[in-house]
Amino acid sequence: MNATTEHASRPLEYSKEEGRLRIFGFWVFLGAEVILFGTLFATYLVMFGRYAGGPTPEELFKLKDLLIETFLLLTSSFTAGIAVHEMRRGNKKGLLIWLGITLLLGLGFVADEAKEFVEYVGEGAKISTSGYWSGFYTLVGTHGCHVSLGILWISGIMIQLVRRGLNATTARKVFIASLYWHFLDVVWIFIFTLVYLSGMVR
Amino acid sequence: MNHHVDHFFVKGDPMIYAADLMIIMTTLAVIFVLTYYKKWKWLWNEWLTTVDHKKIGIMYIIAAVLMMFRGGVDALLMRAQLTVPNEDFLDPQHYNEIFTTHGTIMILFMAMPFIIGLMNVAVPLQIGARDVAFPYLNALSFWSFFTAAMLFNLSFVIGGSPDAGWTAYAPLAEPELDPGVGQNFYLLSLQISGFSTLATGINFFVTILKMRAPGMSMMKLPIFSWSILVTSAIIIFAFPILAIALALMTFDRLFGAHFFTLTGEGLPMMWANLFWLWGHPEVYIVILPAFGVFSEVISTFSKKRLFGYKAMVWSMVLIGFLSLIVWVHHFFTMGAGPDVNSFFSISTMAIAIPTGVKIFNWLGTMFRGRIQFTTPMLWSLAFIPCFTIGGITGVMLAMAAADYQYHNSYFLVAHFHFVLISGTVFGCIAGLLYWYPKMFGHMLNEKIGKWAFWLFVPGFLICFLPMFFLGLDGMTRRVYTFSNSHWTDLNVIASIGAALMGIGFMVLVYNMIWSARYGKRDKTGDPWDGRTLEWATPTPIPHYNFALIPRIKRLDEFWYVKQNNEPSVLRSLPVSKLKPIHMPNSSGRPFVMSWLFFIVGFAAVFYVYWVAALALIGVLVCMGLRSFEIDDGHYVSVEEIKRTEKNRIKEA
Ligand code: HEM
Ligand SMILES: [Cu+2]
Repeated sequence: MNATTEHASRPLEYSKEEGRLRIFGFWVFLGAEVILFGTLFATYLVMFGRYAGGPTPEELFKLKDLLIETFLLLTSSFTAGIAVHEMRRGNKKGLLIWLGITLLLGLGFVADEAKEFVEYVGEGAKISTSGYWSGFYTLVGTHGCHVSLGILWISGIMIQLVRRGLNATTARKVFIASLYWHFLDVVWIFIFTLVYLSGMVR
Repeated sequence: MNHHVDHFFVKGDPMIYAADLMIIMTTLAVIFVLTYYKKWKWLWNEWLTTVDHKKIGIMYIIAAVLMMFRGGVDALLMRAQLTVPNEDFLDPQHYNEIFTTHGTIMILFMAMPFIIGLMNVAVPLQIGARDVAFPYLNALSFWSFFTAAMLFNLSFVIGGSPDAGWTAYAPLAEPELDPGVGQNFYLLSLQISGFSTLATGINFFVTILKMRAPGMSMMKLPIFSWSILVTSAIIIFAFPILAIALALMTFDRLFGAHFFTLTGEGLPMMWANLFWLWGHPEVYIVILPAFGVFSEVISTFSKKRLFGYKAMVWSMVLIGFLSLIVWVHHFFTMGAGPDVNSFFSISTMAIAIPTGVKIFNWLGTMFRGRIQFTTPMLWSLAFIPCFTIGGITGVMLAMAAADYQYHNSYFLVAHFHFVLISGTVFGCIAGLLYWYPKMFGHMLNEKIGKWAFWLFVPGFLICFLPMFFLGLDGMTRRVYTFSNSHWTDLNVIASIGAALMGIGFMVLVYNMIWSARYGKRDKTGDPWDGRTLEWATPTPIPHYNFALIPRIKRLDEFWYVKQNNEPSVLRSLPVSKLKPIHMPNSSGRPFVMSWLFFIVGFAAVFYVYWVAALALIGVLVCMGLRSFEIDDGHYVSVEEIKRTEKNRIKEA
């Protein structure tokens, strides 16, 4: 592991061997995440329609919540992109601001989702209600947990940025966290279509 | 659900009291020895906090051998019960628990760590790297596997063991039919060890792709490392599926979800599919590395390059791919219909083709070679015919229509033991014997080693060959006793074989103890006259592996450098080229974090969620601390390198 070879032409996060290795490793990890969510989606689809006399998604899903959540998360992916763009320009302040906005949007997403879940449970749709709701909460909840973890993670990185400034290490961390964040965005698009839209139009 | 805590200690069985006593005595003995010889600090600094792949590999292998003992005791208990008709030495419940823990331990806590241990020891050395890509993660992998294994084993004396088979079929393993906490132990410990395996898969995938010595193109990669690359890819594909399957069943059991239940429109068949979508690739995860070991050993001890290297590589890649599309052959009889069964029948049989290619290549490697019958070579030679029997019976099982006859009979039991023992276990033993001098700096006694071999391998055949016939004669698997006296003779024979295997294992372990004291020390670093880069390092291997990273021009570079007396840093080090080496720091956090995982699992087993939540927060805190840590590693000075390598230094 040679930590000293610097390459001026490369972006900061790729400038060290260690950074390149970790970014590649993270891509591989995302490959595993694809399988993980793929399995959850498959499970959800198999469980589709298995309501066991409990509530159905058509009865409970609300377009308003769905649109709010989708708007918040898709925008946050966009702002995360701007944050990395600012980082590439070496603008630490811009980076922090856009990361902060990303976090706020993410928090809004999680809060709205939590509210949504509480409402569903209030109307009798619990994880123990039927195969369908087990599949629903597990898939959407796993995504929500990922987003929450991402919020904690990015907050930690922001503190490090403030304390230690922008360097090869912090840049690599920001970049990897942004990959993760975009990935969660992509997963949401599938949840949006496969879970909510197809659940509502049926 | 806290009534489960009332059944905290398993009571009423003398074997369990004996185990309680043994656990307490062993713990006390370990504490005493460490304190008496003032070894705590050494243990902590050298082992518990290490991130050195070689030490981690050794710890994996020690743990695997211990688990082989535990799984072996289970096996002998089962054989003792089934020797004669109407035996009632074990009651049915106990029998169920024993075959469940036997299967689970052997696959997940013996075979997997053994292989991961071997890959830790050999892969970075073979590819000319200083370490794995993510050493800290590697330590975390080891410790979380270790604590998961402890969690699983604890179920024997606390709470009760799982009893639904290593396949944990729903609805049998669901709360209505299996209300104790045993199945929770299974789910949570497998979850933790699965996380550990996935991390290892990612780590070695990146290591092999990105950390090869300059010049080592993919087609110059040693065959064992190739097998690990393919294995890692399968791990990355398969283990997330296991994680989800386990999580879903855990939700069923802990939170009343309805994935696999009979009520709430759950779907028990979905468990079978998810389990085998992981489970079938898993059997190839444990066999491919063994193929890699055999290839190295056969080539080294035939003094010839591997015959058909490229065909070997491609057949492994093909096997890896096919392993992902055959899972339904594990439940042909569960009503999938003729079209589905035909597809999976044919794809299963197709695996025999690349496997056959490999067998021919091994034979081709030996053809006209100067064969040396060392102990690792003996295990590799024994593997070939035994595995062929396993493969042929596999193809018989793969014929869907015929499988209605064989399925869940002793024929199946014989099949998978033939492939798993002659493939994976022989492979692990061969690999251990082969790399032993590299790991410990001394040779094993060849004579004692041959005793172990000649007890174990015939014992294996005597044990499992009769089971094919018992199966054809109608004896089903997982019966706790039988009354049909036609089956007595073959069962008696099988039990004799099992006993021989047990003795063979003890002799194998005895060899290690004997050789630690009297075994021939090896100072050359290359006692077998090896071909690959690990044999170019001095023994004991410096923690930085290579003082100078070699440049690779061909496959088996080290062999040709030796043969032709070429100048190379593999043979002597020009002092002027030495530079300080960057290495990662040790850390105690992986150890601490893994015991927090243990607490999460243990608390969740007994439905004590607040403790689990606290420990989970602890895990998050550890992750946070890691993120905030400034850990740039350290440099090994040129002086230290010179001191370590003084025998190889060339002043210039
Ligand atoms: C030529 C290659 C192989 C073929 C065609 C084959 C075929 C099969 C088939 C069809 C079954 C299911 C039979 C039934 O349940 O009725 C089976 C079971 C099994 N095979 Fe193989 N197999 C092959 C190689 C292997 C290898 C290399 C391993 C392990 C290293 C392995 C391990 C197992 C295990 C563990 C089971 C039983 C699992 C259980 O039900 O608990 N097989 N094999
Ligand atoms: Cu299979």
